[in-house]
Amino acid sequence: MGQKSWMAAMGGGALLLVMLAALYSTFLWVPTERTMGHVQRIFYFHMPSAVIASLAFFVVFVSGIGYLLSRKSFWDRLALSSAEIGLTFITITLITGPIWARPVWGIWWTWDARLTTTLILGLIYLSYLMLRACVIDKERRATLAAVVGIVGFIDVPLVFFSIRWFRTQHPQPVLMGGQGSGLAPEMRLNLLLCVIAFLVLFAWLLRLRYRLETLSEEVESIRQGVLVSRGES
Amino acid sequence: MNLFFRQVLAIYRKDLLAEWRGKEMISSMLVFGLLVIVVFSFAFEPDTEETARLMPGLLWIAMGFAAILGLNRSFSGELRLGALQGLLLAPMDRSAIYLGKLCGNLTFMLLADGVLLVCFAVLYNFSVLPVLWKLLVVVFLGTAGFAIVGTLFSAVALNTRMSEVLLPILQLPITVPLMIAAIEATAALSNPSRTADYSGWLQMLAAFDIIFFVLCLWLFEFVIEE
Repeated sequence: MGQKSWMAAMGGGALLLVMLAALYSTFLWVPTERTMGHVQRIFYFHMPSAVIASLAFFVVFVSGIGYLLSRKSFWDRLALSSAEIGLTFITITLITGPIWARPVWGIWWTWDARLTTTLILGLIYLSYLMLRACVIDKERRATLAAVVGIVGFIDVPLVFFSIRWFRTQHPQPVLMGGQGSGLAPEMRLNLLLCVIAFLVLFAWLLRLRYRLETLSEEVESIRQGVLVSRGES
Repeated sequence: MNLFFRQVLAIYRKDLLAEWRGKEMISSMLVFGLLVIVVFSFAFEPDTEETARLMPGLLWIAMGFAAILGLNRSFSGELRLGALQGLLLAPMDRSAIYLGKLCGNLTFMLLADGVLLVCFAVLYNFSVLPVLWKLLVVVFLGTAGFAIVGTLFSAVALNTRMSEVLLPILQLPITVPLMIAAIEATAALSNPSRTADYSGWLQMLAAFDIIFFVLCLWLFEFVIEE
């Protein structure tokens, strides 16, 4: 085994360990919330997913700037991988949210600032991926995607503040929130563990998706080469 | 006059002239916007109370959708006979192309908005005159934001497959804050109990316009390159 595959194996092992630890502590160790009961545990997956999605979209934004300044395909592959993963995690956030809201709020969905912003965020990156699917030329696609990735990210705070003025119902942030917010120490520890587990998962997925994109580009260039040489003979 | 502004003006005049001769953009925008207004009358009971409640959203949906229809045509004329190549070969800054196009789009959209506003006021018995100036400020700022983002995105959507579908898909989620601010500012004008909100939403509109104007001006040169 080469050095790279050793590192991959180590990374995979670390991911497995931290995921198992997060599962164990979320379902067996952390105390049950007094009023909401077991359904509150979904929070430990809901919130980290939202964190990872935001991080992923931030990576898309940075990669967009990186691509426009350097024109290196590294940035474009990174942006694509990160956008897809971000969309996956924001979907997880949007699914786990209503599952929690139904028993606690009595409704699946409400057009509150944070919920709506999350939904719009998902739609922005859905349109980002649709744009990518609609451009055939590789460099052109990378440039246009970078532009939309930058515009989309800049838009997010504006979406949030405009809807916040509009209406809000989502619980106040439990960390660094106002008075009366906060988590029991065990819960905070468990949340931290889950965020770390999701971060490792994100890094792992990003690496895999990036490699997949590199390989499929290689296959494509080989295929083009074969087609050209056939045409010549 | 400064050379840069002369270039912007030249592109603006070219667009005005092309539109004057073809009337492609403005006619499609007007007819579509009018249809939206008419079709909406079936969605609710168009009496005074309901109209006052739904009017701001309805007005902006009609104007926004009409604008997207117009924006789709903004660069499509440039595809014919290699006009875009000529534009790009001209010895001038790319941002001049953006500004010229933006002025053109904004002019057509504002014209359409004006006509739609009159039709709306007549068909739904909505008295515009007492708040006319304030309403025009909202319409201008809202439409400007729509044109600022839309001019960039119509250049993005150009040369893609399904470009006509792609433009609204890109444009609508990004302009959500703009739409909210425009609708709320209009609501503040039509509903006396909410007048106090007017200036706040106006600031939001202005902030959106300024942020995206700078951003789109910078990004446009990457989008339009060969």
